[in-house]
Amino acid sequence: MSSAIEIRDVHKRFPIPGGEVVALQDINLTVEAGEFVCLLGPSGCGKSTLLNAVAGFSQPTSGTILVDGRPVTGPGPDRGMVFQEYALFPWMSVAENVAFGLDIKGLPKAQIAERVNVLLEKLHLREFRDRYPKDLSGGMRQRVAIARVLALDSPVLLMDEPFGALDALTRRSLQDELLKIWQELGKTIIFVTHSIEESIYLADRIVVLTYRPGTVKRDVRVDIPRPRDSGTNAFNELKRELAVMVMEEQHRHEAAEQAGLTTD
Amino acid sequence: MKAVTWKSVAEGAMVPLATLVVWQAVCSMGWVNAHVLPSPLAVAEKWWAYLLPLTEYDPASQSWLGWALSGELIIDSIGSLYRVLMGFLVGGVLALPLGLLMGSSNLIYRWMNPLIQVLRPIPPIAYIPLSILWFGLGNPPAIFLIAIGAFFPVLVNTIAGVRHVDGIYLRAARNLGAGRGTIFLRIILPAATPYILSGVRIGIGTAFIVVIVSEMIAVNNGLGFRILEAREYFWSDKIIAGMLTIGLWGLAIDAGVSRINNHLLRWHRGLDH
Ligand SMILES: Nc1ncnc2c1ncn2[C@@H]1O[C@H](COP(=O)(O)OP(=O)(O)OP(=O)(O)O)[C@@H](O)[C@H]1O
Ligand SMILES: [Mg+2]
Repeated sequence: MSSAIEIRDVHKRFPIPGGEVVALQDINLTVEAGEFVCLLGPSGCGKSTLLNAVAGFSQPTSGTILVDGRPVTGPGPDRGMVFQEYALFPWMSVAENVAFGLDIKGLPKAQIAERVNVLLEKLHLREFRDRYPKDLSGGMRQRVAIARVLALDSPVLLMDEPFGALDALTRRSLQDELLKIWQELGKTIIFVTHSIEESIYLADRIVVLTYRPGTVKRDVRVDIPRPRDSGTNAFNELKRELAVMVMEEQHRHEAAEQAGLTTD
Repeated sequence: MKAVTWKSVAEGAMVPLATLVVWQAVCSMGWVNAHVLPSPLAVAEKWWAYLLPLTEYDPASQSWLGWALSGELIIDSIGSLYRVLMGFLVGGVLALPLGLLMGSSNLIYRWMNPLIQVLRPIPPIAYIPLSILWFGLGNPPAIFLIAIGAFFPVLVNTIAGVRHVDGIYLRAARNLGAGRGTIFLRIILPAATPYILSGVRIGIGTAFIVVIVSEMIAVNNGLGFRILEAREYFWSDKIIAGMLTIGLWGLAIDAGVSRINNHLLRWHRGLDH
């Protein structure tokens, strides 16, 4: 298997009044094609910054990011992004949202309609095709957002806390659905979360980041067979181990907060 | 939209009806001079006469419909509404693209904004002398004044609408492969419509105010002209009949615009359907 994503010596600094924030420092990370990787860490550790750099929304201060061997220079449909805020276009119906990426490619109408129908079916959205996003629950909206990026057939999916705003039950069923899609379609996924449990449930690998500067603290392979059960020993052992690491960074975050260095 | 029930209609009619009763009573008792304040019945009678054709129906020289619509009130209403429409179109058609440009380009915004800020506080009424000097009498100066009245609300709201487009939609669109043209037409424009349409609504309201004023100076028909003319003859009943007509048209236009808005913004949160 070839590497789908290669992050080499990436640094990202943000200028702020009277100095700068080192959001990412010396990040080196390789994601294999078809791998499911979670980025884990407390608020402000640079998870979104790293994901946005892979998505091409912002350029690293230094270092390079290669996707499928080519350097990232801007956003593109080869890396579909799912946002925590859903980012559905509220003036488009569910079906129009899903069709958007195909529409602007200029595919024939019949082909678009067929593809949209398949995706709506896959994500259990068929009855909702003519609704507007405002009339959907959070879980439904995120299904639409997932269908919208799947429409592009991009090999890489980037997900920034996609289920962070959902209740526990909805969250679990979307996690299962995502795993099913991932296994079926063989996508490469980078998934940001600050839920330890979520990362163990989903990932092949969990990359724990440190708080300011954001560096890779640990890169943990999860060898528990799927479907994973949070009641098993292996699950809980890993959970304890990760909790220690994440809490160390959480305490550094809180210390910075108390020193008035951040409002994250 | 909320269901209209008999109860709500009855409740809404209470205060207007009571006002009419008191007004009629005050006039019937002879407490006020009928030239100063005519009774509602006198106003209604005048309004009816104002609505009816001035001549007898003559099948030889005109169609029935043409005759039925030949009353002064209808001619005046058509004249006023035509000016509102034309003025609003001229003002809106100029304001919309300029607003879109100023909203999406910081450079154009910085160039144009000072001029806009200087011109905006000048009330359209203050343009009356200039409008007559430039356009003479008749429809052109009236349409010019109305266009100015409609221009600024549409412009200011369009700029605000474009500037307030949530960045997350732009990021999502770029991620899905949209180029600049697609982003402008399919993201920025629809995302800005709630603002633009509220500008349209304010613009039409302003146009309706300005049309009445402009008719008092530049033309010899229209609702504004008619109530000023009636004053010269001391026809207070006709003045009030004309004012009520103006009010009813204003109400009808606003209700129509608001229905169109509700339809265009059916995707938008916070609208009652
Ligand atoms: N545009 C910016 N200007 C200045 N500092 C920034 C900017 N964007 C991010 N930062 C800082 O960079 C650090 C990393 O931010 P980032 O948003 O990547 O964190 P995160 O891990 O995604 O946090 P969260 O879990 O809260 O989403 C934070 O300390 C943040 O304050
Ligand atoms: Mg984040």
